[in-house]
Amino acid sequence: MKKDIIISGVGGQGILTISAILDTAALESSYNVKQSEVHGMSQRGGAVQAHVRISDKPIYSDLIPKGKADLILSVEPMELLRYLPYLHPDGYLVTDINPFKNIPDYPDETDLRKQIEQFPHHRIVDARTLAKRAGNFRAANIVMIGAVSDLLPFDDELLKKVISDLFQRKGDRIVQMNLDAFELGKNAILVS
Amino acid sequence: MQKILLGNEAIAQGAIDAGLSGAYGYPGTPSTEIIEYIKKQPETKAGKIKAHWSTNEKVAMEEALGMSFAGKRAIVTMKHVGLNVAADAFINMAISGINGGLVVVVADDPSQHSSQNEQDSRFYGKFAMVPILEPSNQQEAYDMMKYAFELSEKTQLPVLFRSVTRLSHSRANIEVKDKRKQNTLNLLDDTQRFALIPSFAKIQYRGLIEKQKELEQIAENSLWNNYIEGTDKSLGIIASGIAINYLLENFPGGVPYDVLKVSHYPLPKEQVRKMFDRTDKILVLEEGYPFIEEMISDYLGREQKVTGRLTGNIPRTGELNPNIVAYTLGLEDKIDEDIPEIVAGRPPQLCPGCGHIDLYEELNDIIPEIGDDRVFSDIGCYSLGVLEPYESIDTLIDMGASIPMAKGAADAGLLPAIAVIGDSTFTHSGMTGLLSAIWDNSPITVIISDNSAVAMTGAQPSAAMGKLYDIGKGLGIKEEHIKVIIPLKKYHDKNVEIIKKELDYQGVSLIIAQRPCVTMSNEKKDLARKFNTFEPSY
Repeated sequence: MKKDIIISGVGGQGILTISAILDTAALESSYNVKQSEVHGMSQRGGAVQAHVRISDKPIYSDLIPKGKADLILSVEPMELLRYLPYLHPDGYLVTDINPFKNIPDYPDETDLRKQIEQFPHHRIVDARTLAKRAGNFRAANIVMIGAVSDLLPFDDELLKKVISDLFQRKGDRIVQMNLDAFELGKNAILVS
Repeated sequence: MQKILLGNEAIAQGAIDAGLSGAYGYPGTPSTEIIEYIKKQPETKAGKIKAHWSTNEKVAMEEALGMSFAGKRAIVTMKHVGLNVAADAFINMAISGINGGLVVVVADDPSQHSSQNEQDSRFYGKFAMVPILEPSNQQEAYDMMKYAFELSEKTQLPVLFRSVTRLSHSRANIEVKDKRKQNTLNLLDDTQRFALIPSFAKIQYRGLIEKQKELEQIAENSLWNNYIEGTDKSLGIIASGIAINYLLENFPGGVPYDVLKVSHYPLPKEQVRKMFDRTDKILVLEEGYPFIEEMISDYLGREQKVTGRLTGNIPRTGELNPNIVAYTLGLEDKIDEDIPEIVAGRPPQLCPGCGHIDLYEELNDIIPEIGDDRVFSDIGCYSLGVLEPYESIDTLIDMGASIPMAKGAADAGLLPAIAVIGDSTFTHSGMTGLLSAIWDNSPITVIISDNSAVAMTGAQPSAAMGKLYDIGKGLGIKEEHIKVIIPLKKYHDKNVEIIKKELDYQGVSLIIAQRPCVTMSNEKKDLARKFNTFEPSY
């Protein structure tokens, strides 16, 4: 078993939370994990990504080689395409369709969508709307975990347990909201 | 027990489990999380371990040396450029030697993700003539810390522990082991070697040189340096630190060539010689500068045996990755990244609502009148003011450079000259420069953009909090030329007026633009406001 996943978005969008959930699930499954992330200047509204590598064998490089990612999971559509060189020909592209526009030359949204739709294995999710339905647009990152849950080497119960544990200190209401976000993300796969 | 730790956390946990008593540092990407992790531990909160954000790296190094002098184990952490600041202490404590184990952890930033340069700290280790350890992964970073302290106490020297961004900022599952007890307070019978007057220092210096043979011998037999013989003699590969991972990634079934993994310096000469004898060509894979490559290359280039960054086989700048290594070894035919054209650049930017933005908008109202190229700035979030849409500041060289550069430019006749510096950068390295300008009554205007935090690295507390006015006054600025402003839209016109007035003054003015960092919790903001008791000058 080996899964190489790139998680992308803009600083502040919860990339590290997604990574932390995958890391913990990997540890609980007794897999090896390496996860490279971005700290510092780029976190201030810049493009950020995490490389998450999960395997039952030793993992050497902290970085995923180009052309080897099984999945690029993005919480922002343009940021999805930034990491395209890493995608394996059989890999999946999954993104929240809601753009984060903090630059003057953000591309046309329709063009972006067309480019993403060219790839056979793509999933486009309106995670922001689903997160709002769960209770808070900030849970869009958890919606996205739901939307790729069938591509991850973990069963849903484990992912839900890890999500619950992570948000436990914020209270039951927040835990439930995030679990709802996860479920809405799972169901979103069917409609996209 | 298996735990997932960030490289920096593995370093920190390794130090704690090695019997750490004190950790000192100044925040700087990619090193910050080491002290942050130690600060969070229960034994630190219970007062059993001291973890402290020092005012700068030199101070941190000297505090750690004091802990070591008293017989206890200490680490000092910083980013690579921080070692420039601490170099005086670092070089000289190699001369004096240490008592309790002292490990200097420096995180280099190849590819300059968050830095002005990609200087390689291994040169400092060689310069100071101390052992260097360079872990290749998170588990080694953890395990090696215990070894580093033992090595430091055995050789009575500080040990340089070099990390890089991709190790410091990557998580992995690691096996955490037992904890060693801390050393007790234990002074040396004779502390004369810590008093480096020339007569004592000469003895120490000769001793350090004599010790080099022993250090070479230890590195030669170190368990962190490994020679693995291959079957294909056409090439031998020396891979240091994390570079070994990119090599192994490309050969999951085993590398066909001879490989020398280097994680402990001085460079193990016998093992390098073995590679020279056994292989036709040598490729050096190392993060940062061509440190090993330069050491073992023929200076005149008559012998073309050694290849790497100097010979162009590996790009001269930037960090390594699995693809660069694959390309160099002929396993891939290109290393370019084809990012789709539709993707626009997304550089970092100041957070919405940030006080620096208001300050820059005020300055931008004034700059057309006074002329461009006269705002000297510094290191921090406000460095982003170099870029669009502000373009308010003109320089950024090193911590604290803004004030002396403004003074020097004013001396040359560039008037008015303005310095813009952050609160923590000011107490790190700005105060001495300010005193120099005050002493010479230089006509400069110093603006401290005070957000009461070391914001760029994650809003660590700033030693400057609540003290800036008094520091300015104490250093000798006339009180009528110390102004406190609040960088908010509603004060824009008033602030412009105050800044303009001070620009006309032919002496040192200090303007403190004070508003807590927007990323801080309300709790932290309230604390900052409690400290910032000086009334705005309206």
